[in-house]
Parts: sequence; structure tokens; C-alpha cells
Amino acid sequence: MGIHVKFFASMRDLMGDDRDIDSEVLKEQAINNVDDIWNYCADDKERSANVLVAVNMDYVDGQTPVKDGDEVAFFPPVTGG
Amino acid sequence: MKVVIDATPFDPWKVLDEYQKSMPKLDGQYGATAVFVGTMRDFNDGDDVSEMFLEHYPGMTERHLENICRQATGEYQLLESLVVHRVGAIKPNDPIVLVAVWSAHRKQAFEACREIMEDVKSKAPFWKKEQLNDGQDRWVEKNTKGY
Repeated sequence: MGIHVKFFASMRDLMGDDRDIDSEVLKEQAINNVDDIWNYCADDKERSANVLVAVNMDYVDGQTPVKDGDEVAFFPPVTGG
Repeated sequence: MKVVIDATPFDPWKVLDEYQKSMPKLDGQYGATAVFVGTMRDFNDGDDVSEMFLEHYPGMTERHLENICRQATGEYQLLESLVVHRVGAIKPNDPIVLVAVWSAHRKQAFEACREIMEDVKSKAPFWKKEQLNDGQDRWVEKNTKGY
């Protein structure tokens, strides 16, 4: 299964397209929480303090654990309405 | 309660009329309807804006809006609520969002409509990208304050 990582709006411009992290990679790289996901994907890019994160479509913070099968999304402050 | 995310232009007053007519349970019960319609301007941050693209997070956005309406229904004893939000390419003067609530009394209707709208602006996952008249485009970084 692995973890599906999504980027929206200006975060997609910064980070590129959505990506999948395989189950084996999660184990090999000791990816356990949201911060680990970012560090794996970011290629040393800094994560601004106002970047929002959702796991399985619920808002979370960087220390939130992730598991095989999760969907993790990073996006900038929202501007709807 | 109804939430609609739509990539096609809509007439908020027609949608409102049709929705209310489809809700016979409201007959004789509601004393107040509060409505907010947000419309695209042709200017922002001192620049002329020719077009806008509204992106959302399919699945999360709908769920978030439904949760907002559910919470407001409980908090303000709403009889019914409706949220319609555009996505995709939008032109100036196009309606972007409709929030409507029905309740027995005006206090609950005013406050619930305001609360839902402020949540839409500050927490629902939508993002605007503006196309400026000079050909440049930019992501909108923050919304104007509502209070």
C-alpha cells in the first residue's frame, strides 16, 4: 500500500506532483510521522511554519503518526470564499 | 443540510429559491433566513485581476464543509443550511460562494451564517490563484479579515 502524499496550490509548485512512498521505504527510512514524510519528500526544502497538514483529510500537526495506507497532504493557508 | 462544490457558474438566488422550495419541512417553522453571497472582484491588493482559478481538496473540502454545517446546526438550532462553492476558472462578477441558513429566529440565523462563512474563509481547503491584467499570476496568500 504505502503512503500517498499530496501537495496543493503553491505547495505543489514548491514540491512537485503527488507521490507514493512504498511500504518498504517507510520501514527502511523509519518514516513514522508527518515530519518524517516531509523530510523524505522535501530534498532539504524548508517547511514554512504556516504550511497546513492533513492525514486522511483531517487537520493534524507534524508529530502525528502515519501508517501504511494513509493519505498525507501539505498545503498553504486556505483562501476560499 | 446540503454542500455543493461546483465547477460551473451558478445563480445563488435561483439555487436558494429552488432549495427552499424543496424543503417542505421548513413551512411554518422558519422565521429567519440569513444569506451570504461572495462574488469575485476585479481587483486585489492594488492590482487589476482578470480571472481566478479556485482549487480545492476533493473529499476533504466537502467533508469539512459538512462538518461546519453540522456543528452550526447543533449550536444554533438551525432548521436547514446550504453551502455552494465554486471551483475552477472564475471571472469577475461570478458568484463564488453561497451560504444560507434557516432558523426560527434572526439571532441564530445571523450568527450561524457568519460563523459558517468565517470558517469557509479560514479553514476549508480552497486556494485562489489570480490572473492579473498584466499577464502575471499569483497564489493568494491570505484572505482579508472578516471582522
